[in-house]
Amino acid sequence: MSLSDKDRIFTNVYGYQSWRLDAARVRGDWDNTKALLDLGQDKIIDVIKASGLRGRGGAGFPTGMKWSFMPKAPSPERPSFLVINADESEPGSCKDREIIRHDPHKLIEGALVAGFAMRARAAYIYIRGEYIREAETLFAAVAEAYEAGLVGKNACGSGYDFDVFVHRGAGAYICGEETAMLESLEGKKGQPRLKPPFPAGAGLYGCPTTVNNVESIAVAPTILRRGAEWFSSFGAENNRGTKLFQISGHVNKPCVVEEAMSIPFRELIEKHCGGIRGGWDNLLAVIPGGSSVPLVPASQIIDAPMDFDGLKAVGSGLGTAAVIVMDKSTDVVRAISRLSYFYKHESCGQCTPCREGTGWMWRVMERLRTGDAEIGEIDMLQQVTKQVEGHSICALGDAAAWPIQGLIRHFRPELERRIRERGGDLAPMQEAAE
Amino acid sequence: MADAVQIPDEAEVRARWGAFAWTEANERKAKEVLGRYPAGREQSGSIPLLDLAQRQVGEETHTQGWLPVPVIEFVARYIGVPYMRVYEVATFYTMFNLAPVGRYHVQVCGTTPCMLRGSDDVFAACKNKGLIKGKTTPDGLFTLTEVECMGNCASAPMVQINDDNFEDLDYDRTIAILDALERGETPKPGTQEPGRHTVEPVGGPTTLTAMVSENHDYRGEWGSAPAVEGAGA
Repeated sequence: MSLSDKDRIFTNVYGYQSWRLDAARVRGDWDNTKALLDLGQDKIIDVIKASGLRGRGGAGFPTGMKWSFMPKAPSPERPSFLVINADESEPGSCKDREIIRHDPHKLIEGALVAGFAMRARAAYIYIRGEYIREAETLFAAVAEAYEAGLVGKNACGSGYDFDVFVHRGAGAYICGEETAMLESLEGKKGQPRLKPPFPAGAGLYGCPTTVNNVESIAVAPTILRRGAEWFSSFGAENNRGTKLFQISGHVNKPCVVEEAMSIPFRELIEKHCGGIRGGWDNLLAVIPGGSSVPLVPASQIIDAPMDFDGLKAVGSGLGTAAVIVMDKSTDVVRAISRLSYFYKHESCGQCTPCREGTGWMWRVMERLRTGDAEIGEIDMLQQVTKQVEGHSICALGDAAAWPIQGLIRHFRPELERRIRERGGDLAPMQEAAE
Repeated sequence: MADAVQIPDEAEVRARWGAFAWTEANERKAKEVLGRYPAGREQSGSIPLLDLAQRQVGEETHTQGWLPVPVIEFVARYIGVPYMRVYEVATFYTMFNLAPVGRYHVQVCGTTPCMLRGSDDVFAACKNKGLIKGKTTPDGLFTLTEVECMGNCASAPMVQINDDNFEDLDYDRTIAILDALERGETPKPGTQEPGRHTVEPVGGPTTLTAMVSENHDYRGEWGSAPAVEGAGA
């Protein structure tokens, strides 16, 4: 059964109506938020746990459990912080932007509820620098919330003091990694920290910190209002809830749309995107969760459920639910090579395997694109991706390796064809012997 | 790095920018920025203040702005951290221009989602308008940069020009925008697809259609009693 409009959380996702506080209130935001806070910290966390909400930023960690890691009695000299990750930079992802510019009060109310539940003193919303107009909206929305007494001292009349600050980045994909984000918030280069200590122990300014994605935070108030059972009635076991899907690439009508988790790929595309460009027979492959996950060839993706487990089963992942569709006109090697360039550009330079490996992998990918390589180099590239994967502080090295591994796994014949067409399958020794 | 920008001549830059200080309006903004962070954590302001400084340089030079070394030094002094700590931030983040740029900084996204939707045509349009990647046009109007994913993938391809995004581009639409800027006009930002509002499917939304014409409140259709007593009233 498909999701009906009354069960959609982000009702103004397309921005047909105003984002301002009075309009948001008409839609149900900030409606007696004090009653939500009156549930108490433990009850809020219990509801979020029971709802089955998993982090919407890519890793899919259970949100309620994450909140429960925060200290139960923070001291005034070492307060807790909530950091909201709005550094949406994963190629294909464009959902947080819509939340921030069209429904910012859902996010701010979520910040208060989540911050209260984890006993935080303040929330910092880290928004990527390139979202210039979006940040303007967010600053204005936060100012409205202060003005109305919804955040700040005695937030919503609850007796709880909670600040919400907006911090703009300046263009660095890596700041979407939680510890790099904390470094950046402290005014430094965004280079990830070694873990442990984990942010819940020592995060922003050395204080206990939880970093959550925009969507994870923004859905919290609605879950509390409608109940854990309502939220968990959508999606398959272990993959509950509704989700903003972002479909880009070769569909007839790319869009952002909120759907139930576990919706089959075909249904998602048929219902909202007007089908694949040129029909279903023209589908080549899909990157189902943003650039970091391996691509899935057409035959495997068509009936796959779009959720964490369903996409894991086809060797990929849900990531941020950024669905990049490629039809048969695509130069698939170039598409992946361009992602390799992206990771080369965005590697922070801290760990050698990633810093050197991303550049190396991109250069080989470019040669494979033109076929100016030898067959053996495909295996060499595969080996190098394995040496980059898992050998860096953060997951950027992994993210750079996986798309290439996916390409080799599913499109090796295409790579070999290009090499053969340029005569690269002749061993150099043979030529020398003539 | 081979593709690192050439930092302009030191003596000349120092003569021009050595006396940089906040304007009155920006002084207020800078104080507001520092107010967001706990006392003793002024370093947190480095990114927002560099952005503010770049914008001020932009106003003074009538461009998007850039960060001359004396300006970075000023920001470092302002937040009381060593120059190198701020300089490394300025060089780490791509939105800080380390060399002068033109009136309009044309930042075309070339990452895969935009590439699949035709960013090659956007680059071709820029090229035919005389824009060269990494360079400023001789009239000082346009600087072209290829940037990485800007998060507009459902309305790709796109370009960010100074503070505004232009989405759903093709060759002709890109030319039209650059032409308009050349004539000193302000083209409409956002999607360039006629009839499209934002990121709904072209031709009208498949969901939430009631929202198009009125600020619809769906709570009346929720049905069962709200989970939190009083919260749904």
